Amino acid sequence: MEDKNTTDDNAKAAYVSMKSVGHKYDPRPETPMVVQGIDLDIHRHEFVAVVGPSGCGKSTLLRMVAGLLIPSHGEVSVFNLPVTEPRDDVGIVFQKANLLPWLTVRKNVLFPLKHKYGSYSASDEKRANELLEMAGLTQFADKMPDELSGGMQQRVGIIRALLLNPDILLMDEPFSALDALTREQIGFDLLDIWKKNPKTVLFITHSISEAVLLSDRILVMSKRPGTVLDLIEVDLPRPRSSKTINSPRFAELTDLIRGYIYEPNVPA
Amino acid sequence: MNPTYQPKSWLGQQANRFAPGLFFIGLVLLWELICRFGNVPNYILPSPSAIFTAFFDVEFSRWLTHLWATLRVALMGFALSIVIAIPLSISMMRSELMNRVLYPALIVIQSTPVVAVAPLIIVLLGTDDPSRVLITCLITFFPLVVSTTTGMLETPPEMIELSQSLRAPRYRETWQIRIPYAIPHIFSGLRVSITLAIIGAVVAEFVAAEEGLGYFIQFSTSFFKIPQAFAGLIFLSVISLLLFKSIQWIQAWWFPWSLPKKK
Repeated sequence: MEDKNTTDDNAKAAYVSMKSVGHKYDPRPETPMVVQGIDLDIHRHEFVAVVGPSGCGKSTLLRMVAGLLIPSHGEVSVFNLPVTEPRDDVGIVFQKANLLPWLTVRKNVLFPLKHKYGSYSASDEKRANELLEMAGLTQFADKMPDELSGGMQQRVGIIRALLLNPDILLMDEPFSALDALTREQIGFDLLDIWKKNPKTVLFITHSISEAVLLSDRILVMSKRPGTVLDLIEVDLPRPRSSKTINSPRFAELTDLIRGYIYEPNVPA
Repeated sequence: MNPTYQPKSWLGQQANRFAPGLFFIGLVLLWELICRFGNVPNYILPSPSAIFTAFFDVEFSRWLTHLWATLRVALMGFALSIVIAIPLSISMMRSELMNRVLYPALIVIQSTPVVAVAPLIIVLLGTDDPSRVLITCLITFFPLVVSTTTGMLETPPEMIELSQSLRAPRYRETWQIRIPYAIPHIFSGLRVSITLAIIGAVVAEFVAAEEGLGYFIQFSTSFFKIPQAFAGLIFLSVISLLLFKSIQWIQAWWFPWSLPKKK
């Protein structure tokens, strides 16, 4: 693995790289592609969001970076190596938290170690407690997941993905199951966690404002077969807050993306 | 939980609360009245009071002997079917080949009436516990296999992806994700199986036994001691109910998270 803190070259090198990536689940020629011709480089500590209408293959894209799915066309690489299986330095935050209801919050956070290696040490437990503290969940550590609100559950999902300290964090519509207010708050929580643990993030969402609020760049996808409509630089200053949402530039960017998403659907 | 009727007045609430008990008591009273005033002889349909006295016609130690014999066979058969069903379900879930080979065999076993096979098993294994336990096991293991397999197969794909993303060994996917996920399903299978276990033990006793409640009922009936037979039957229902309840208690005690949430 490359050392990520040294030379300029490494800083510029893509952590995640997709080269004309396409995929179809069924290899027969007459079946349509799910995604097609995706080119994207994600650099160190960059926050890239992918937006697109439902069914455009955003989640397929994430699964290919995660190594859960091998693309039928093109190549996905992480740290310049083609992805052939899931990697230890890539963490996933799932839709709807995906916590195990039979484990306490702390055990859910420690689950990746327990599941991967069969056990964990006292220092691992210390790390889990630190993560819980950071996410403001210390007093809920011994509760069961269903005793937590949806927002808290998803915070557990995020720190579980951070347990193995991955370089890359993949987030698959992580806030889509939450109500609007919780959703806005957890967005800021995520930015806070990201600031404390800088990671390279690929964030899948169907919320345009969420994408603009959180990310450095946004990949806008068309409806199926998903192709790249635009790659937008989000030049809003950080740290972002509720003020960001009220700025004119925020409105411009969301309008721009909205144009891409809705225009192609208007009947000619 | 389905929405239940909630009366407003205190009396109404009490009546609502005790409705199942009152219904049961009413039924027993009606039965008693029919027997008394309809002059139904005890050897046709004994009255509840005659059944009650019949309990004391039989020595307590004899009751215990019969009760223990049935309970022992039922529990051994039940335990054996757990030991067989869980690994069988895991292997059918993990291997498509095992599934294709075993599933038709299971269907054949399940659709063969165990009552008809029971005498053959007695011929094969003798008249002792092993054949009775096997008969019980044959009756009880199918619901367990079905519920366990269903539960494991219904595990949400995201949980499986979590396991895959960690590149965990498959046995841990089974033990740390699929089996815990299947716990509520397994318990509904266990609840069905435990009552079937009593049926299995009784069927076995009907075919060949010198003790047990099933044997006792058959024996009493053949001597026209019908109130005694009914008393035995009540014992059977009571242990069946208690076993069913104990499965629920075990689930509530060991796996409280697996119970449906109260609104």
